[in-house]
Amino acid sequence: MTTDVVVADYGIGNLLSVRRALEHCGATVEMSDDPQRVMDADRLVVPGVGAFGDCVGELEARGLMAPILEFARRERPFLGICVGMQMMLEVSEEFGLHRGLGLIPGRVSAIPAEDADGKPHKVPFIGWASLDATPASDWSDSILGTTPPGSAVYFVHSYGAYPDDPSALLATYDYDGARIPAAIRSGSLFGCQFHPEKSGDVGLRILSRFLAL
Amino acid sequence: MRNVRLIARLDIKAPNLIKGVRLEGLRKIGDPGEHARRYYAEGADELLYMDIVASLYQRNSLGDLLRQVAQSVFIPMTVGGGIRSVADVEDMLRCGADKVAINTAATRNPQLISEVAKRFGSQCMVLSIEAKRRPSGGWEAYTDNGREHTGLDAVEWARRGADLGAGEILVTSVDQEGTRKGFDVALCRAVASAVRIPVIASGGLGGPAHLVEAVTDGLADAVAVADALHYKRHSLADLRAAARASGIAMRNAA
Repeated sequence: MTTDVVVADYGIGNLLSVRRALEHCGATVEMSDDPQRVMDADRLVVPGVGAFGDCVGELEARGLMAPILEFARRERPFLGICVGMQMMLEVSEEFGLHRGLGLIPGRVSAIPAEDADGKPHKVPFIGWASLDATPASDWSDSILGTTPPGSAVYFVHSYGAYPDDPSALLATYDYDGARIPAAIRSGSLFGCQFHPEKSGDVGLRILSRFLAL
Repeated sequence: MRNVRLIARLDIKAPNLIKGVRLEGLRKIGDPGEHARRYYAEGADELLYMDIVASLYQRNSLGDLLRQVAQSVFIPMTVGGGIRSVADVEDMLRCGADKVAINTAATRNPQLISEVAKRFGSQCMVLSIEAKRRPSGGWEAYTDNGREHTGLDAVEWARRGADLGAGEILVTSVDQEGTRKGFDVALCRAVASAVRIPVIASGGLGGPAHLVEAVTDGLADAVAVADALHYKRHSLADLRAAARASGIAMRNAA
């Protein structure tokens, strides 16, 4: 049995690895920028790379904002990856203020430029970090349902998606003492800051779980 | 604590994986695709492919290899060698690369760094520097496997590359490469202290102690390993365990 997934293909970055990873997990993948296809998808993945404002601009230019909101309203499984996750929130502070999809109340802000002792550390954060559960989170019926806490996944980012409601925060990672959002959730809508398509077996397990939701 | 990345580096003279000493005297190792898949299975954090004759022929020949490996390898892949334009970068990304490492073309046209970063994001743009010690002190950046002078001070060039939008610096010590005598720790430290972006130390790893040095004294964010893996002198698991024993954080590879 295969699961159908639409990957929003809106002219940003390299979506091939997302496609290959989903196919590896058994999905039938359609890349599309057609508003109707996006709205009617069984499952929708919105990747994103680069600047928040550029990504939103490309979605708007293709008339995809409203179809994504309509898709979300139907309570089908949604996965935003990296900037795709950040766009789920209301607003971003990257290069000026930009409005997002507003699926989850919250704000996209720069991750701390210093460690806990006030010493500068590397931003963007590039590399593998372990996923930690948050006090309010329940992974069991989420994309992390088959992922043990402490599993490492691959991140590349300078900004983080901080939801207002702590219960929307599914997982974080520790960067020199700061808690950085790694995954967020509202009902059937999920976002991950990391790249599951580049996170080896752990990432493939997360994508498989998304396909089984 | 920040996890240090272990990167398997595959130097390729199509169709073979090769290994040299100080980037010369190349020996065939085997099939690059098989090695890439093995290093993925054994827990490499990333793969780095360098077409080491590409600058000579003015084109990178690794597209087919990338396409094939990308079917079954799901970690970040960087490709370098002979990449001269935004169009070349686009080709490599289409084949499955996540990042490109650029040396020669960037030294000739530094604006290329900004163009690539603007078009694909800084995370995609790795500035590759081949550095050789100067008799008078410091290091000079070279191209074409350490054969061609650029006249650029390697540390100054790294700083400028970061300002132009590079997302990472790959610093290969020509003096140490393939010697198994350890990284040029002073070079790595000088570069890492000059920039705020991650630095990958490359060239010279003979054993776990060298990895530890590169991180603790050289301040490297990531370490490239070639020779030690290709000749099966050390496994990724050995290196990871040894690094952890020295207090270096490493990915919890599943």
